[in-house]
Amino acid sequence: MISNILLLVDQYLLNIQLLLDGIFVGSIFALAAYGLALVWGVMNVKNLAQGEFVIMGGYIAWFLSTKGLHPILSLPISFAIMFGFGWILYRTIISRVIGKDMFISLLATFGIAFVIQQALNIAFGPEVQVAESGFGTTSLFDGFVTISSIKVVAFVLCLILAGSVVVFMKKSRMGQAIRATAQDARAAKVMGIDTERVYAFTFALNAAIAGAAGVMISMIWNIQPFYGVPHSIRSFVIVTAAGFGNLPGVIMAGLGLGVVESYGGFVIGAEVQQAIVVGMLLLILVWRQILMRRHRQALK
Amino acid sequence: MRKKFSLPLVGLILFGFISPFVFTNYISQITLLWLMVLFAVTWDILGGQMGYNSLGNITFFGIGMYVSAVFQISLFADVGQYTAAFGGDNTPFTDAQYFQGLIGGMALAAISCAIIAALLGRMFFGLRGAYFAIGTLGLALAVSEIIATWDWVGGGSGISMPVFPYEADQKSQMFYWLTFVLAISAFLFVRWLYSTRFGLAINSIRDDEDKAEAMGVHTFRHKAAAWTIAAFFLGISGALFGNMSGFIEPLEVAFPTITFGIFMVAMCLLGGKGTLWGPVVGAILFHVIKETTWTYLLGWQWIALGVIIVVNVVFFQQGIVGWMQEKWPEKFGIDVDDSMSIEPAKAATSAVKDNG
Repeated sequence: MISNILLLVDQYLLNIQLLLDGIFVGSIFALAAYGLALVWGVMNVKNLAQGEFVIMGGYIAWFLSTKGLHPILSLPISFAIMFGFGWILYRTIISRVIGKDMFISLLATFGIAFVIQQALNIAFGPEVQVAESGFGTTSLFDGFVTISSIKVVAFVLCLILAGSVVVFMKKSRMGQAIRATAQDARAAKVMGIDTERVYAFTFALNAAIAGAAGVMISMIWNIQPFYGVPHSIRSFVIVTAAGFGNLPGVIMAGLGLGVVESYGGFVIGAEVQQAIVVGMLLLILVWRQILMRRHRQALK
Repeated sequence: MRKKFSLPLVGLILFGFISPFVFTNYISQITLLWLMVLFAVTWDILGGQMGYNSLGNITFFGIGMYVSAVFQISLFADVGQYTAAFGGDNTPFTDAQYFQGLIGGMALAAISCAIIAALLGRMFFGLRGAYFAIGTLGLALAVSEIIATWDWVGGGSGISMPVFPYEADQKSQMFYWLTFVLAISAFLFVRWLYSTRFGLAINSIRDDEDKAEAMGVHTFRHKAAAWTIAAFFLGISGALFGNMSGFIEPLEVAFPTITFGIFMVAMCLLGGKGTLWGPVVGAILFHVIKETTWTYLLGWQWIALGVIIVVNVVFFQQGIVGWMQEKWPEKFGIDVDDSMSIEPAKAATSAVKDNG
């Protein structure tokens, strides 16, 4: 562990490698977390199945790639399928838990996550899968830093996707309706907005964004039916750290988490990666408590 | 205060006493049934009565198991050496050593789990609602990961426990009685607990924590105490289960988040959380259904489990006992114990006494 830190100081170019890796992966985390923040902020549903949506999107890309379709081309397909899946899920289950006790939405999505994990396990088996993109790698600094082109492509796709979601939320009629509902659902209803439809659209959009993030994950990382839980936890870490409705915060927190994971994996060892994610969650929660305590003292 | 004669309770205890002689072939299943009852009852202290849905109570089951294992081995052997042999080390334990280790291990598991819960409570009970559920889920994952990378306790390859010195038949008998006594005592304990002021206090936390605090309930202490009680029983159950299965390892046996950890929640939801009998009814029903149908579902049982949770949560939130309370309130509803309330006359006399 110490020797790894010394290695970082000695071979400072390694830092660039770790930083870049962290940022590329972190941008995908930020994308998935943005979906969660959307659902959380608009309809106050804490979606514990977020990571499973990601993995599901990844499996769509992987499955199509085994049929000969390039994973990047499956991005819109995965987006569309996950959108439909999210819509159906909303109509059947989520619409019945909105506005009820918060635990009900939490446990319901927990059950959904469980069903998705097991269904993927039955359908595709428990092996770890990668959707091969067939892109090469680029070496910088005399081979000290290697960047696989697919990571750059995924990063750019993430930027495009996030940008178009932002534009959609700002400009389109539906985006405005979503923001209005997030501000005050009752007032929005009075003004003639079909909030039920807005909720369904928001949840479906979240599933679609998470699915798109999953396509990238399947290309640059790996997927497995039970890898969803760390992704859910990552999304929660990011949203908790940034707060919802705060897009720059979500992006920064996502990139930060990616970098922390990349450094942690190098210094401590790749086998504790999940523990690092969970450790970050606990840290963020403790930090939140300290903030709240200060808030309480101010009230005295 | 007066204790009411409870027919179902007597029936339950009677079933426990008779079943090892009647259902001799199913003794290990019924042992597991008592374990499930214990899981459900301890989960309900927080999840049902206090409104804090923990998804990581299984942590204490695993910690108890490991504490007990390490204690049992360390009494008579070097733990590092024992675990380094990957279970191949057959350090012979004499009869006396085995039982000393078992009893000591159970006690130590209970105490250390209670202490750990009290300490963790400091960190977790500032979290509310969803944050608490996610945080505890993360806790269970983190602890199992840490133990899986800790070589001194065997890491991912686990520890094989000391071998029971007598025959297998006697082993299953002994662990049956131990689990039975543990589950029933846990149930009797929470039954008493819910009838005290403590029960009222944790119910008030569930109903409205801020108001409870404003009314003078020390919410933090009550929450930590409730978790400590749950951890105490779960620790003992972990120690028992570890010795029962004979081999422990972090992911499947000690921290089975995906099986026992979810079963606890599903059983309480099925039976009706926040009721005294709900967890017990849910556990018995769940376990019987599981044992009779599981093997015929051919891999689809896990999907069925998830669907049960979703359907249960969305369409049948009150659970079986909760539904019965709504349907026949005169039979199953909550009755107020008059001896608990301060009658005006009594209050007046005590006030007079106080004034001399």
